[in-house]
Amino acid sequence: MAIKLTVNQQAQEVDAPPDTPLLYVLMNDLALQGPRFGCGLAQCGACSVLVDGVETRSCVTPLSRVEGKSITTLDGLPAWYAQQQKLASVPELHPIQRAVIDEQALQCGYCYNGQMIKAAELLSKNPKPTDAEIRTAMNGHICRCGTYPRLMKAIKRAGLAMAGGTR
Amino acid sequence: MSDNFVPELPRRQFLKAGGALVVGFAMAPSAFAQNPGQLTGATEGRSQPNPGDLDSWIAIHSDNTATIIHGHHELGQGISTTLLQIAADELDLDMSQVSGMPLETGKSPNQGLTAASAGIARGGVRVRLAAADAKHALLGLAATRLGAPIEQLTVSRGVVSVVGNPSKSVTYGELLGDKKFNVPFTGRSPIKDYRKHTIVGTAVPRRDVPAKAAGKYVYLQHLRVPGMLHGRLVRPRGQGSFLHGAKVVTVDASSIANIPGARVVRRGDFLGVVAPKEWDAVKAAQQLKVAWDMPAILPESQEALHDRMRAAKTVDRFVLDRGDCTAAFARAVHVASGRYDAPYQLHGPFAPNCAIADVKSDSALIYSSRQTIYGTRQVVSGVTGLPLDKVVVRFYETSPSYGRGMQEDCAMAAAVMSQEAGAPVRLQLMRWDEHGWDHYQQAHTADVKIACDDKGKIVAYEYHGWQHNFTAGDTTEILIGTRKPAEGDGIRAQGPTLFNTGDQYTIPNWRIVNHRVPGMDGYFKAAPLRSPMDIALSFAGEQTMDEVAYKANIDPYQFRKQNINGERWLGVLEAVAKASNWKSRRAASNRQTGRVRTGRGIALGTHLSSYGAAVADIEVDTETGVVVAKRMFGAIDPGQVINPGIVERQIEGQMCVAASRMLKEEVTFSKTNVTSLDWATYQPLRFGEAPEATGVVVNRPNIPSSGAGEEALAAGAAAIANAFFDATGVRMHIFPLTPARVLAALRGAQKSQTA
Repeated sequence: MAIKLTVNQQAQEVDAPPDTPLLYVLMNDLALQGPRFGCGLAQCGACSVLVDGVETRSCVTPLSRVEGKSITTLDGLPAWYAQQQKLASVPELHPIQRAVIDEQALQCGYCYNGQMIKAAELLSKNPKPTDAEIRTAMNGHICRCGTYPRLMKAIKRAGLAMAGGTR
Repeated sequence: MSDNFVPELPRRQFLKAGGALVVGFAMAPSAFAQNPGQLTGATEGRSQPNPGDLDSWIAIHSDNTATIIHGHHELGQGISTTLLQIAADELDLDMSQVSGMPLETGKSPNQGLTAASAGIARGGVRVRLAAADAKHALLGLAATRLGAPIEQLTVSRGVVSVVGNPSKSVTYGELLGDKKFNVPFTGRSPIKDYRKHTIVGTAVPRRDVPAKAAGKYVYLQHLRVPGMLHGRLVRPRGQGSFLHGAKVVTVDASSIANIPGARVVRRGDFLGVVAPKEWDAVKAAQQLKVAWDMPAILPESQEALHDRMRAAKTVDRFVLDRGDCTAAFARAVHVASGRYDAPYQLHGPFAPNCAIADVKSDSALIYSSRQTIYGTRQVVSGVTGLPLDKVVVRFYETSPSYGRGMQEDCAMAAAVMSQEAGAPVRLQLMRWDEHGWDHYQQAHTADVKIACDDKGKIVAYEYHGWQHNFTAGDTTEILIGTRKPAEGDGIRAQGPTLFNTGDQYTIPNWRIVNHRVPGMDGYFKAAPLRSPMDIALSFAGEQTMDEVAYKANIDPYQFRKQNINGERWLGVLEAVAKASNWKSRRAASNRQTGRVRTGRGIALGTHLSSYGAAVADIEVDTETGVVVAKRMFGAIDPGQVINPGIVERQIEGQMCVAASRMLKEEVTFSKTNVTSLDWATYQPLRFGEAPEATGVVVNRPNIPSSGAGEEALAAGAAAIANAFFDATGVRMHIFPLTPARVLAALRGAQKSQTA
């Protein structure tokens, strides 16, 4: 039986058992590149998506729990930002994505799906987070390349860009 | 020391071997030469581009761009950018005119493993020499076309023109445009003087970053092929003793009968499941009823592990025995000594490995993230029985394991599953597979003794290290029975080397002894992990160095400086001291009395090349035992820096990884199997605990590049350990510095003070 959900502002019907974790649907049925497998245990943040604007671990979220909800993946982050900020057009990148490039923050980049989803959630509520607020918000997202210091800079840079306008 | 002391080399050769290494560090003239080393696969010669043809390395296109065809694997370290910088600079093209190409057996040159910091140190040299050959050939063509001698030609952005007559010009594209050079790769064309580099030495933005940030980069985990099944391994949760593996007693295939399309694949003791839907494969792997036979022969605890290693019948070998340590210790004024223990640590790539295999009766196509496409071809040929030239391997990036993790095992396993299932199989490892069946960085235990005279000059350094070797053979091939478990037999990086056991200092009497533990029975399989062995070695050696400075009542920075071995070690030591604004004082001379105490430590270290130094500022909570690295400074001198932006970020990353490994990471086990199977039971450093980090790049553009991907780790880790002593006056003798160990050490010190 098909389950209805909204992914990146598009209505989708997915024919999968309701206990299927959302991650597998996003990766396999909808072929999205953002959410990815990291632990399957909600410990690392590789699979993070926004569900109605709240960062959620898709690897442990059954499809049945997101029926009718609005899901945003990294693939749809710029459009989500445009909607949040009521921008006339969708920018190519969310400010956090731009800042990650400007800071050359990532190395392998695999964890940056979750890092950027979580940072986008944080910045949507608090565009000028302190170091301590960033550390607390981001603590659930592991990076094995050790890029935390640069990511800290990128998050602040993105916050400044958001406060200063619409980049 | 055990009684079977066998010098594996005659004494004369020791000195020769040791001497040669020291000479290398003292910058013998040969070190200045551009030496790409031997090509790993150059002698293999089957189904791979001939490395002796220039066309195997560089193609020039009609639109005046070039493709650089190298064999190095992007692992997030930026090599897909830095190699292009080298080529572009040498060819006088700009960065917009060069690109690389995907790695595939038969198409990419065989440059062996992208590992051990060799990507730039050797791979970069080969690319530079190929580019120089290409430029030489293009100038020859241009000279004919323009009717001017080569000496009168100049090149800018791929446009060759005659000096003083810029209207006479021709582009590389017009000269060769998609045709072959048809000349041999000589490696003898003159290379650019380093003072004329315009792209090398600059912080060019990385090629892969925009797509990664945009979520458009294709990792191996994103690939799907038509008709494929999803595969999962079925293994005991957590490996046991290497020699004994895991034996299947019974498998109940009916236990997954309710899952649509799920089936068991088995070959010998190798077990897995496949299913059309990924979640079904995950469920089937969890649900399949299997009885395993695994002996309960592992040590009872970390302490028991180190004791077992020390009690083993070891094979002992002098790595170095210079001067007369016994006599020097006897007359020394200050002597520091101690035992230091290090745990097994895992690679734990952020992304569990993945591979796709399509094995047919007469051919195989493999997608793998292993750091060597040709090595993967070899092992897949081994498990499938297909000839080498019938196996094609394509590389796609995943998150790095920083060493020999499970990529190889994953590729072999996918191939076996595809062959058994008769369909393409995408095998995704689960987190517990990756944590539980990795090759770990082996545990280590050391006895170190260092002495100085009354002026604080080092007079003797003695290091005894115990560990087993890296292991040979991987789980899949062992389980299917095509290979017997065995120990590797190399020497370098498999035990103490000079590099982190004294090379930093001028040492007149110096002895390093490797006590090789037989590691097959009751130990785990092992393989190099980023800066192999070095964190264990520097935890022991650099803490003892600090201890002798403390006994001599000398600031640890000053003590190192006055004993330093050469200008390059001095360079990184001074660079890191300056960056951190080091204030000279004796360690532990500024101790606080509150609950949270701060400390600062310094250390030197490297892997097998380059020079590293670090300073750590830490906080110790004396009530909870929690240690946090608050701020770290790292410096690396890797010779010529290709991209200072990348090196700076590599150092920052290494500071975080050093903190992670010194403070948190530890493989745990029961008598039967590994028990640290996820990120809760094997704790990595998290964002909230990450130090502020400063990377200091010491560029020596006139000296060949020697790698910057791991060379500050050993220093960073030991700097934290030394900072702990500075904060508390207590030495930690085992890492990681977990709260329980810290509290026990602080209590133990209190007790011994009051006793």
